Amino acid sequence: MKYAGRLAAVAVAGALSLVACGTDDNTPAGSSGTASASASAAANDSGLSGTINAAGSSAQANAIDEWKKGFQVANPEASINYQPSGSGAGIQAFIQGTVAFAGSDSALNEEKGEPEQADARCQTGKAINIPMVTGPVAVVYNLPGVDGLQLTPKVLAGIFNSKITTWDDAAIKADNPDAELPSTPIQAFHRSDESGTSDNFTKFLKATAESDWPHEPGKAWPADAKGQGAKGSDGIASSVKDTEGSISYVEMSYAENSGLQTAKVANGSGEFVELTADSAAKTVETAEVKGSGNDLKLSIDYNTKTPGAYPIVLVTYEITCEKGLPAEEVELVKSFLTYTASDEGQAALKDLGYAPLSGEMLTKVRTAIEAIS
Amino acid sequence: MTLQQEAVRSTAIQRISTGRRIKDHLVRGLVYLAFALAVVPLVSVLWLVISNGMARFDLEFLTHSMRGIGARDAGGGAYHAIIGTLEQVLLASLISVPIGLFTAIYLVEYGSGGRLSRAISFFVDVMTGVPSVVAGLFVLAFWILVLGMPYSGWAGAMALSVLMMPTVVRSAEEMLRLVPNDLREASYALGVPKWRTIVKVVLPTAFTGIVTGVMLAIARVAGETAPLLLTVFFTDSINNNPFSGPQMGLPLYVFDQAGRPNDTAIDRAWTGALTLILIVMLLNLAARLIAWWRAPAKGR
Amino acid sequence: MAIETTTRGGGPATRRSASRRTYGEGLFRYVSTGAGITLLGIMAAIAVFLIAEAIPALQANKGSFFTDLIWDPNGSQVFGIGALAFGTVLSSMIAIFIATPIAVGVALFISHYAPRRLAGPLGYLIDLLAAVPSVVYGLWGLAFLVPVLREPSQWLNDTFGWFPLFAGEGAIGGKTMLAGGVVLAIMILPIIAAIAREIFLQVPKTNEEAALALGATRWEVIRMAVLPFGRPGVISAAMLGLGRAMGETIAVALIFPATFDITFRILTPHGNSIAANIANGFGEATPIGRGALIASGLVLFVITLLVNMAARMIINRRKEFSGADS
Repeated sequence: MKYAGRLAAVAVAGALSLVACGTDDNTPAGSSGTASASASAAANDSGLSGTINAAGSSAQANAIDEWKKGFQVANPEASINYQPSGSGAGIQAFIQGTVAFAGSDSALNEEKGEPEQADARCQTGKAINIPMVTGPVAVVYNLPGVDGLQLTPKVLAGIFNSKITTWDDAAIKADNPDAELPSTPIQAFHRSDESGTSDNFTKFLKATAESDWPHEPGKAWPADAKGQGAKGSDGIASSVKDTEGSISYVEMSYAENSGLQTAKVANGSGEFVELTADSAAKTVETAEVKGSGNDLKLSIDYNTKTPGAYPIVLVTYEITCEKGLPAEEVELVKSFLTYTASDEGQAALKDLGYAPLSGEMLTKVRTAIEAIS
Repeated sequence: MTLQQEAVRSTAIQRISTGRRIKDHLVRGLVYLAFALAVVPLVSVLWLVISNGMARFDLEFLTHSMRGIGARDAGGGAYHAIIGTLEQVLLASLISVPIGLFTAIYLVEYGSGGRLSRAISFFVDVMTGVPSVVAGLFVLAFWILVLGMPYSGWAGAMALSVLMMPTVVRSAEEMLRLVPNDLREASYALGVPKWRTIVKVVLPTAFTGIVTGVMLAIARVAGETAPLLLTVFFTDSINNNPFSGPQMGLPLYVFDQAGRPNDTAIDRAWTGALTLILIVMLLNLAARLIAWWRAPAKGR
Repeated sequence: MAIETTTRGGGPATRRSASRRTYGEGLFRYVSTGAGITLLGIMAAIAVFLIAEAIPALQANKGSFFTDLIWDPNGSQVFGIGALAFGTVLSSMIAIFIATPIAVGVALFISHYAPRRLAGPLGYLIDLLAAVPSVVYGLWGLAFLVPVLREPSQWLNDTFGWFPLFAGEGAIGGKTMLAGGVVLAIMILPIIAAIAREIFLQVPKTNEEAALALGATRWEVIRMAVLPFGRPGVISAAMLGLGRAMGETIAVALIFPATFDITFRILTPHGNSIAANIANGFGEATPIGRGALIASGLVLFVITLLVNMAARMIINRRKEFSGADS
């Protein structure tokens, strides 16, 4: 094996050259840097450094990416690692202490004892839910030739509970007198993995159509409601796209990106509202703060009667410690969240299909972030 | 009629009955069909990956990380993931190949059906079926939560090595068993000690087979996502140090980018998949060349 | 030269000095045994960890672990592996049923039928199948295989609908057990084929030539000399493939529709497997949920073990062609 030594030398040399030839620099000269980014880099030389890990909802993955970009341009020595593994995974990681903040589509759940566990992680302080991103949940379907389908919560519950089984059912016809509905069987898809989107959708069904939706809301789809599962929002989008006669619920940006047909959903006043970032924002404005102090847990009014308000919305919280984060993480977390709640940060959301926070809610959010120490 | 007379009589090659000939042709057809059936999905998968992945397969993709790429931006690359995967797979091989190979040697040469070798066989059998996510969970619970170590490429390598070991042990064991006893006995008869017999006679004979087994194991773990999710975490930036801090891996990269609602991300996912396949095949090629070069001459 | 022989079994004759012999021999033996024990230790540690994590969840289970067809450990705390275990075994059986004959055929092709110079590159080509990451197989399955299988599934259902496997009303095709089984088969094909190929190449030439000398056709040579020699190894390879099929996580998580019922109707969109369920649930799980998933993983081990034990019994009955001592 005398050649082993020579082989090893060649391999090591090759490996070293490989290591030397990559770069982290994706800014201005490389890809789509913006003038404002380079301006803020010049102006702001606070230059925080360090790394924080975060995990959570995939619904806000796009938002976090935009924010990371802006933040890391202003602070080149800092790194934010966000793993979009799901709301529950994020909360678990936060409770275990392996991440500095978690992104979750549902606030810490009292029934599961999450607030206590999170407080335990924060040691000296309390864990708080800070709403940051709001997004509409689209009802997508695949019926060639039938656009602008109008669905009430009652009909939605019936479909997803596997009680309404064909598209030409009388209940659907009643709300869509002009549409030509085929007699194909309805294939209802839901998230096979546990998801905050499922949680919000089932909460919506329970709040608006309780008699037709006898199941408890939750991140896991109730097995009794049947239907087929697809993994991830992208799985839902591709399943609906490929299966004629299918219907499902998914976060708006996935619906847009795959070019799926979206349905108009009736809000509390019976008005069929189309899905846009603005119509979703109207519903969020009516949300009530249920938490105390800086904990801004929201209760969304799914039965909202506001004109032009789209009722199925999802709010993603950043869950972190008001006090009690390890010293090396506190400054970065606070600085990052300050950026995300700033005007610049929230403005970036609109292009991505989310609804920015505004008014009183935004002020409360900023106050809560100030309190992090 | 004596055998000799018979032999003299039929100097021509003996005639084969129709039944036997048909069976022979039938089997030949089936075997060719089997190969064709195996090639079809391969071509289909490669076609899908290449046609979708070529769009972004450029130098930028191979040398840039994802740091600073916004949600809908084009650009960016998988450099950090490539380095991560190479480091993690290398470390995993460094752990599992020696342990696996020596265990196989023990089972075949020294074990002789004793209690220890039966226990080892038992556990290796069980571990061939371990879901990849469980290996990740184990390392997460033990290394990261209990011992308090950070997310790192090393933790990922440990999880991957758990998945590699059963394959390495089983295939090496099979290959070692195939080495004819005559070779061993000839070596002993010359007075060569057992360990030298193993190193100089048995292993070289089984070398190509063992290399195949190791490459199978490497190919499998290079494409595993779930263990990486739990142990190397996630990052957009380059991390050349596998022993501290989150890294990225190519399967994780593909999985993450494929799940985004942006076409730019989906393009990157396919290119990442293409890169991963290329890396594994290059490693495979290198291993085959080494095996061919170092294998003792065979009368094939 | 004085040659010292020893009558103890398995020991070589030697003429080296005693100390040198013992040093190298002892060290090597020590290292091998040590490796075996390390492996055993790692595997045992994993088994212990899993059992420790699973027990609290099993105790908290408000339903029956073996018969309930529902999985909700985070909410109502009722979970049962009936549907999952069934789906795992069914999909793996489909995979092995499809993959093993094709893999043996491929291995025979490369070792005995293909032109000698092409054998190497062709083997490499089949190894390419192993290089594709599992997530890509899942995506390919969804993008390509599922639409392609719709019509054949419909046809099978129309023509052979009386056969329980192909029966079904309502939605046929789409994300089915059959699609999942086929993807698994493609994933395990290269493992079985590569090992079988190596084994078939190692058949002693003398055996094959003896068969040829008797006037055998190529198929008869294979039937008489190659297959019996290779049977234990091929079964072993098939067990490796089966293990992979049962433990495959991501590809099946993307394809299976995650329903919780027990049905043999592989053409309808039903089915789930233990590993896919773990992939779907581990991220979000509470400690009880995680323990429940790990308990399901333990069941998977038991299934794998039983199947492997059965295979080893088959192998051990046919030891005459094995090369080494044990």
